[in-house]
Amino acid sequence: MRYFPHTPEEVAQMLAAVGAATLEDLFAPIPEACRTVRPLDLPEALTEWELEAHLGHLAARTGAPRGRVFLGAGSYDHFIPAAVPAVAGRAEFLTSYTPYQPEVSQGTLQAIYEYQTLGARLLGMEVANASLYDGASALAEGVLLALRVTKRTRLAVSRAVHPAYRRVLATYLEPTDFETVELPYGEDGRTDLSALNGIPDLAAVAVQSPNFFGCVEDLSGAAEAAHAGGGLLVACFTEPLAFGLLQSPGAQGADVACGEGQSLGLPPSFGGPGLGLFAARQAHLRNLPGRLVGKARDRNGRRGFVLTLATREQHIRRERATSNVCTNQSHCALTAAAYLACLGKQGLRELARLNYDKAEHLKGALAARGIRPRFSAPTFHEFVVRWPGEDPGRYEGLLEKGFVPGLPLERDYPELAGCTLLCATETKSRADLEALAEAMAP
Amino acid sequence: MSPVSPVSPIDPTPGRTGLVFDEPLLWVQSRPGRRGFSLPRRDVPEAPLDFGLVGEPPDLPELSEPQVVRHYTRLSQWNVGVDTAFYPLGSCTMKYNPKANDRLAALPGFAGSHPLLPAGFAQGALGLLWELERGLAEVTGMDAVCLQPAAGAQGELTGLLLIEAWHRSRGEERTKILIPDTAHGTNPASAALCGYTPVAAASGGRGILTAAAVAALMDEDTAGIMVTNPNTLGLFEEELPEIAAAVHARGGQVYCDGANLNALLGAVRLGELGADVMHVNLHKTFSGPHGGGGPGAGPVCVKAHLEPFLPAPRVVRGDDGAFAWEVDRPRSIGRVHAFHGNFGVLVRAYAYLRTLGAEGLAQASRLAVLNANYVRVALRDVLHLPFDRPCLHECVFSDAKQRPHKVNTQDLAKRLIDYGFHPPTVYFPMVVPGALMVEPTETESKDTLDAFIAAVRAIAREAEESPELLRAAPTRTLVTRLDEAAAARQPCLTG
Repeated sequence: MRYFPHTPEEVAQMLAAVGAATLEDLFAPIPEACRTVRPLDLPEALTEWELEAHLGHLAARTGAPRGRVFLGAGSYDHFIPAAVPAVAGRAEFLTSYTPYQPEVSQGTLQAIYEYQTLGARLLGMEVANASLYDGASALAEGVLLALRVTKRTRLAVSRAVHPAYRRVLATYLEPTDFETVELPYGEDGRTDLSALNGIPDLAAVAVQSPNFFGCVEDLSGAAEAAHAGGGLLVACFTEPLAFGLLQSPGAQGADVACGEGQSLGLPPSFGGPGLGLFAARQAHLRNLPGRLVGKARDRNGRRGFVLTLATREQHIRRERATSNVCTNQSHCALTAAAYLACLGKQGLRELARLNYDKAEHLKGALAARGIRPRFSAPTFHEFVVRWPGEDPGRYEGLLEKGFVPGLPLERDYPELAGCTLLCATETKSRADLEALAEAMAP
Repeated sequence: MSPVSPVSPIDPTPGRTGLVFDEPLLWVQSRPGRRGFSLPRRDVPEAPLDFGLVGEPPDLPELSEPQVVRHYTRLSQWNVGVDTAFYPLGSCTMKYNPKANDRLAALPGFAGSHPLLPAGFAQGALGLLWELERGLAEVTGMDAVCLQPAAGAQGELTGLLLIEAWHRSRGEERTKILIPDTAHGTNPASAALCGYTPVAAASGGRGILTAAAVAALMDEDTAGIMVTNPNTLGLFEEELPEIAAAVHARGGQVYCDGANLNALLGAVRLGELGADVMHVNLHKTFSGPHGGGGPGAGPVCVKAHLEPFLPAPRVVRGDDGAFAWEVDRPRSIGRVHAFHGNFGVLVRAYAYLRTLGAEGLAQASRLAVLNANYVRVALRDVLHLPFDRPCLHECVFSDAKQRPHKVNTQDLAKRLIDYGFHPPTVYFPMVVPGALMVEPTETESKDTLDAFIAAVRAIAREAEESPELLRAAPTRTLVTRLDEAAAARQPCLTG
């Protein structure tokens, strides 16, 4: 086995040094009765060549023709500049661990400090953490923060928040006594904030923008309503590129901004690893979940970076920790920072605008064929349409032609049976968009 | 020939001279108008836009591609990783990460695939997940596996939620959970997140938990126990079968923290010893690169009675051999991940499992245990060994022999850096004051261990003869010891 450096002579020398006759003798501390009696029943070991062939075969049986997949719904296909994986793939970043020893981890630490800064600026917030697992866990942690800070018991969550995120939130809250109220969406596809009136003991209002239907929400209105009730606005997102063009959650009064960062230079990778982005107002600093990197000085007065405020974590009074996050998505955070550094202020603006324009072009091409958006609110790069004639076989028919025409919404929204959520990013050419419109035409 | 002219005004501080570079923050290097990104060609017209929705462009730094590449390459050079040096960080299992696995995870079919693809377009990925679940069930002796948890701590939370759901399904509400003092630091936090009150269970004089102690603590309000086995002292919890029996007798469930599974592959299947649920840190035992703190993966493995509660959806295989997602699972606790977990890490773990096979995995554990015991025996005369008996994959020393010289664990760790080694885990587990926890892993050679042993022995000698060398360490790094207390008093988290 090429991963083991030990020669038989060395094994013999080492066994002699520790006073054991065989390798099996090393397991003497484990009572016989606790040992497994048979070898593991696993497939035969593969050589590197065989492994490549086997996984190559599996990878070849995954995916659809490029340019024909119009799925978004929380995972987005964007162009990734070669420089981003090249620098992020440096073994010194990839094969290190949590920077417990800052003097030999300044690379990771500075990169995360910069990531925190870039993330806070992108979201219009004051502080960001060093990442959470994904957008869904970020939302759950955002809501838990609001519950801790306000010491209240009730939550209002928009029905236009990603259904899987709401499911994760429900899982996290299941063993608690907190009560969740669902805010409906209106005819325009945006959250109906009037339902907020008179909800007592409100800890948080959780709204996603752009929401699951791609619609841009009135976060300012949601913030006003949340604050009027004494709660916090937890603003969620699945597409941070939108803030290259649209007003950031922070600019609209959000107290916590949390969501998925996969769009920032990470491939979809069948759903993970992604990146839980998490940012908040300075006032909530000591209630932030997850790790934080802060500036420090060394003995010579030189600037450096360290993990900080770790007392909120598991180390001291560990049963009262504000979060159990230990391993996070650190390498994904570094990748996202490198991506944002490549795009820069203007690059992000132009890319976001291009995403908007591509989807609008698709909207236009569909409308020309009689297929109109289901909702009237402005959208970013995804939107809902109703299939003409509500013919149930049409979606499958397009799959057979090699198109994946969005996500059918019926499973999560029975009232939207016959509707599909389409996404068009900068990776779709005009020809791709028009080919889909043509294929979807009645 | 001297490489440096005697008249050259060289700053002797490491990191300021020669080819050890300084590197300003990203935004310090920014100049308006630069861009390191080639925007895709615009082939559609600008569409009408409601300018009331538009915000200020985010204040991101403006850099060229070469600047970005140089910036991150330089930062990387300030980092030590497994590919750089021996990294014996206890309980983190910093073993070598096979390069083949990284390449395979990046295959376009895997990296480029959308998680919501209809199952017909994702047969390869679904098959991989299905096979990985089977493999992990076999290794752990459990019946079913959920791959969603993105890290060990999320696996812990998931496992506890499963226990909570199981009790509730039986009409019981239990409020407490037993956690040994040798458990991982995240265990009590996970229990608290799940609404349980953690109750500490003290390990006995031999560094392990006794069934008698557990039986005395176990009552009808206690949901179960979280045991790390081998524990954080590197010792096998010999009484686990009896502990499990005591917990089960009072209606509780046994959670095993599998973070230290690297010691047990092919030797012990915790499911056979009474565990009802456990998580596996794939990035540790199954060798995913740790990435400076993630991403990892923390699948949860359960016995059959907990299977109905596992997060949904589940991969299922039809009679025709085709894979599909089973969504409708009414007793499921829900989801813990937006999609299917950290798939890229799962691909690496699957590749590792298939490369080693049954015998390779067993050999990995044997050599990991050999390496840990080799270090233990070689250093026990110069470092205090609180539990002086054979260990499994890691051994825990303390600074008790150095304290009389006013040298502590931190000083020992920092001096190791000057000798070219990443320090072990320090001040953990908390049951050993001044702990120094060494986990060499199976991928380190005898030569490396000998060099490490020689360095520690030299440092122990320095501690007696010139302790100021340790207290001043590290000296050969870009920055010297950083004032973490001051950084926490006035946190500066953004620039």
